[in-house]
Amino acid sequence: MSERKISASAALAEALHDEMSQDESIYILGEDLTAHAGIFGQFKGLPEAFPGRILDTPISEMCIVGCGVGSALTGMRPIVDLHFSDFVTCAMDELCNQAAKIRYMFGGQVKLPMVVWCPDGAGLRAAAQHSQSLESWFVHTPGVKVVVPSEPADVKGLIKSAIRDDDPVMFFQHKRLFAKEGPVPEDKDFIIPLGQAAVKREGSDVSLLTYGSGYYLCAQAAEELAKDGIEAEVVDLRTLKPLDMDTVAQSIKKTYRAVIVHEACVTGGFGAELAARIQSELFDYLDAPVGRVGTKDVPIPFSPPLEDFVLPSVADVIEAAKAVAYR
Amino acid sequence: MPEDSNLLLSMYKTMVKVRQFESMAGEYFAAGDIPGFIHLSIGQEGSSVGICSALRDDDYVATTHRGHGHMIAKGADLNKMVAELFGKATGYCKGKGGSMHIADFSIGILGANGVVAGGLPIITGAGLSIKYRKTDQVAVVFFGDGASNRGPVHEAMNMCAIWNLPVLFVVENNQWASTTPQTYSCSVGDLCTRAAGYGIPGVAVDGNDVLAVREAALEAVARARAGEGPTFIENKTYRIRGHFEGDPQKYRKEAEVKAWQDEKDPINRYTKLLTQKKLLNKTKIQTIWDEVKAELDAALDFAKSSPFPKPEDALNDLFSNPY
Repeated sequence: MSERKISASAALAEALHDEMSQDESIYILGEDLTAHAGIFGQFKGLPEAFPGRILDTPISEMCIVGCGVGSALTGMRPIVDLHFSDFVTCAMDELCNQAAKIRYMFGGQVKLPMVVWCPDGAGLRAAAQHSQSLESWFVHTPGVKVVVPSEPADVKGLIKSAIRDDDPVMFFQHKRLFAKEGPVPEDKDFIIPLGQAAVKREGSDVSLLTYGSGYYLCAQAAEELAKDGIEAEVVDLRTLKPLDMDTVAQSIKKTYRAVIVHEACVTGGFGAELAARIQSELFDYLDAPVGRVGTKDVPIPFSPPLEDFVLPSVADVIEAAKAVAYR
Repeated sequence: MPEDSNLLLSMYKTMVKVRQFESMAGEYFAAGDIPGFIHLSIGQEGSSVGICSALRDDDYVATTHRGHGHMIAKGADLNKMVAELFGKATGYCKGKGGSMHIADFSIGILGANGVVAGGLPIITGAGLSIKYRKTDQVAVVFFGDGASNRGPVHEAMNMCAIWNLPVLFVVENNQWASTTPQTYSCSVGDLCTRAAGYGIPGVAVDGNDVLAVREAALEAVARARAGEGPTFIENKTYRIRGHFEGDPQKYRKEAEVKAWQDEKDPINRYTKLLTQKKLLNKTKIQTIWDEVKAELDAALDFAKSSPFPKPEDALNDLFSNPY
């Protein structure tokens, strides 16, 4: 692994640059892309490097995603920028009734290679309509793959896989983590296959199963827990569909305890699905009920003390880990 | 007006094919051989055949829940169509789609669509793809008067206009959106006037005059291929059957339906015209109807003798790169 450290945003731009250089059929479309290289500056350098391949659209989410679908069906490999992941709500027909179902309902006649890039997550005081974590909606929709990277290297390796994949991929990247730096290989061939979780910290006492922003909570919680003599294993799932259940199982067979941590609200979140699978597939390896940590079940509020209160914290993870570890 | 008699006759045959296909589908649905729901386009053959007569094999079409006619007019295989309606493994979609979800990507049919107006964002993408790839294909989307009130129509019209995409918006104003009359649900009587709001040329056509439809389509296709952007065509027509087969149709009077049949029927009108042109006579007409029937009977035999898919095949075809 390279020691070079770059931000998640830079990792994204670098990966897109690599892929777009190699494949003319890749293009990016969405709102406000060329003026500032994306509203978060996430496509830095791309508008200049690939003129005509970064398309500014009107504010028309149904048609933006529809353009992705229609162009994917006719030979292109679109990357659709949804501006904020919250706006999937404006294009649910195109995402769930069209993109997710077209290949299947037409009997496998066609491929639909499309990445829907969704900046998601809370913590920016952006309030209820610009802060959600909606990945589990799409895990619940057969026909799409779901990727939620955490560290910059994951962003680079996974966006490449998502682009090269011939199926629709929902790619949720946390807004608050854009500037977060981490080591990222410069190698153009560096890639992380979809469906491969990473054990990012080894431990023997409790498995912290997480993804996206949850990874950073878990990494920090694990350090704190170690001071109390609890060695947590941090498993970054990275992709929710396909899910790397083997890595989850290996970890639980070692620790016998699991806490699932995500920023999405708890009820109906991905943790519910994962906990169900753990209890049915790994019941004999559990010494405690599976814990879940997520956002409280309200829309994300605006005022800082309110938002901070509803979001999961490092303390929440520590508490949940101790609850299962001391049981 | 096209004067190539072979073309005129082949359009006639295609209209007959659509009519017979739809009649057959209604009959077999009523008998319980076709599961689910079907929506028939009887009375709208002027629109489907007129538009598709102006297209090439490599042009794209996105259609609707009432899409059998468009599929046939674009050149779809009858065997695979009937087999799909019957839910057989040999159907276009191996039984996964049914009447509302048939597609044939080998001849540019990007699919029927169960979601009203669902085809418009998709055709915008096809148009964008054509422009990006610098080919001279065109992309056509069919939709109804009911769909014309949905948001994606307006997003698509604006987007195709600003990017000057080679797209034909073809609204088949058949007067009824399910049980709701067009006069009630649409803010304007002539839907083509909405095109002006997007800077797109809009034209209203007698949709039951197949040659008038063809002429409008040829003009729009020529504009599109020349890089002059989208056109909006409103084919004024009428839905003779209910919204779906089995529809009790309490919302309209029989006399209204009757008024659109006989003399206003697109096939009757075209028959009369071709007879006047001495391209058709009673014997020729009979021959064409018999030929189509034979083709359809063969498709029915194919469908009936085809196996159902294996239940576990329901788990296939989800992903191109499965895991």
